[in-house]
Amino acid sequence: MQDQPLHEPQFALHVEDLTVTYGAQPALWDIDLDIPPGVMAAVVGPNGSGKSTLLKSVLGLIRPVAGHVRIFGRPIAQGRGRVGYVPQRSAVDWDFPTTVLDVVTMGLYARIGWLRRPGRAHRDQAMAALAELGMQDFADRQISQLSGGQQQRVFIARALVQQADLYLLDEPLAAVDATTERIIMDLLKRLRDQGRTIVVVHHDLTTVRRYFDWMVMLNVRIIGQGPVAQVFTAENLRAAYGGQLALIEGGAVDPADPHP
Amino acid sequence: MTAVLEALGLLFQPGIVQTVVLGAALLGGLAGALGAFAVLRQQSLLGDALSHATLPGVCLGFLVAGSRDLGAILLGAFLAGGLAALSIMLITRATRLKTDAALGIVLSVFFAAGVVLLTVAQGQPGAAQAGLSTFLFGQAAAILRTDLWIMSGVAALAAGTLAALWKEVKLVTFDPDYARALGLPVLLIEGVVTLLIALAIVVGLQLAGVILMVALLIAPAAAARQWVRSLGAMVWLSAGLGAAAGITGALISATGRGLSTGPVVVLVASALVLASMLLAPERGLIWRWGRAARARRGIAGRRVLAAFHGLAEAHDDPAYPTEEGMLTTLIGRPGPGVMERLERDGMIRRVDHPPETTRHWELTERGHDRAKRDQGGRP
Repeated sequence: MQDQPLHEPQFALHVEDLTVTYGAQPALWDIDLDIPPGVMAAVVGPNGSGKSTLLKSVLGLIRPVAGHVRIFGRPIAQGRGRVGYVPQRSAVDWDFPTTVLDVVTMGLYARIGWLRRPGRAHRDQAMAALAELGMQDFADRQISQLSGGQQQRVFIARALVQQADLYLLDEPLAAVDATTERIIMDLLKRLRDQGRTIVVVHHDLTTVRRYFDWMVMLNVRIIGQGPVAQVFTAENLRAAYGGQLALIEGGAVDPADPHP
Repeated sequence: MTAVLEALGLLFQPGIVQTVVLGAALLGGLAGALGAFAVLRQQSLLGDALSHATLPGVCLGFLVAGSRDLGAILLGAFLAGGLAALSIMLITRATRLKTDAALGIVLSVFFAAGVVLLTVAQGQPGAAQAGLSTFLFGQAAAILRTDLWIMSGVAALAAGTLAALWKEVKLVTFDPDYARALGLPVLLIEGVVTLLIALAIVVGLQLAGVILMVALLIAPAAAARQWVRSLGAMVWLSAGLGAAAGITGALISATGRGLSTGPVVVLVASALVLASMLLAPERGLIWRWGRAARARRGIAGRRVLAAFHGLAEAHDDPAYPTEEGMLTTLIGRPGPGVMERLERDGMIRRVDHPPETTRHWELTERGHDRAKRDQGGRP
């Protein structure tokens, strides 16, 4: 299996000809996407543009009808150890009877291996990840007692213990408080500065330029991809958001002059 | 009382009562432990669909074997349950129907087929003695010593599997998408858990019957969820509650004439659920009512302090004695126990204000401090 030649290994994430459909409805259409290593990339687009579907197809959670995905040149089945995933917070039942530390330790389960239980060293790794997000005092807390921002930080800590090279985060800043947003972005920047690649599904156009250096604009098809300065243009915004553009014009982003 | 002692006496001598009690305890524990996963995966109805779906298998097993051969009947039940689980999976994957609709369809179709086959089977010679219809509601007295070995085998298999795959099963139950992203074989693990649930249902059919079996899966787990803080504790407690319900129910039905065991066990388990819903700390209704009442009293107390503080400031007299009527005019009746609590906490003290004979209070220094803090909006 390891003998397969690497395909486009110069990219952290390489997606080619990817098409995903739900029934007859295309969710992603003929996606070609390359993300170089060491960037902090935002995936933006209107609701239903396929942002979450893109992450899930990259992870192999959804079977595409066509196309392929490579992580540092390898198929996902051989690249999983290098990918950390932060699903949307709403993906799980937060009333599950368990503690914060236990959830974070789950990020190590693949590495711990079959038939073995987490030990002292795994506990320490999980605690260190919690500390990076300012959540060390919550380790023994029931997850049902967390606020939304704290839940998000627990999910990110769980991905952090995976020690991945490519992180995929699905709306990590959705409905979190300002403190949580700052803690998360500081951590992601530290990871990027260590050479990791960060891909974030993002919904807030007003912060794209401040937070990210790479950008993918999506609306079922790829509208644009590359450095934020090249992609974040009035033309692309109009192409991606169409009729919703008035909303953006009324907001903090001026599509006529996105580079003030 | 003597009846209870009599039943307890029967428990310690080998015989039908001992067999039934042991069987009910084993089944209650097994179903309780596995039910925890069904409840947490929000698939309680899957157990219901599977148990109803075993009925055609029971009848076919009888028809093929030509007699009440337990092996054939349980094998038939297991295969029918497996076919039902597969159908549910295929329906949700291939159509736009949601899981609840798929469960409803499969449950009713299989159960209807079972009832039809039951009618056919009862026309066969030997069907009356076989008592096939007892599989509808269960008949504990039909349990044999050898059946206990089958139950123990399934329980050991379930315990061994859960112990070996503990962390994987936990992760798949909590967050299947993330488990898949980590590379775990989620479908296989979910299949193993569903298989164990189906086995528990099949070995429980004789005692609880296809209609009530689901209660033994769900009730102990729902009760246990109220009390615990971890998955391990939930599984153990659920197994313990299930076994306790099994033993209690079997003993009760042994004391009363003609009470069938399965339904009594289910009623005992339901009583445990009710008690847990009401009494559990933090999650129980009574605890939450108590907390809400405490919060209401706290707010009422603050309003009293604020009123007293305002009047004292208006009169430029920290020891201004406020009359009861003045207080109720300002903020209404403070509610039972509120003034007494404030007095006990040293926030206010009763004072006399002759010649008036009505009740008066003044704010203590502590009361003034608290009222000022509340004005600042701090808790």
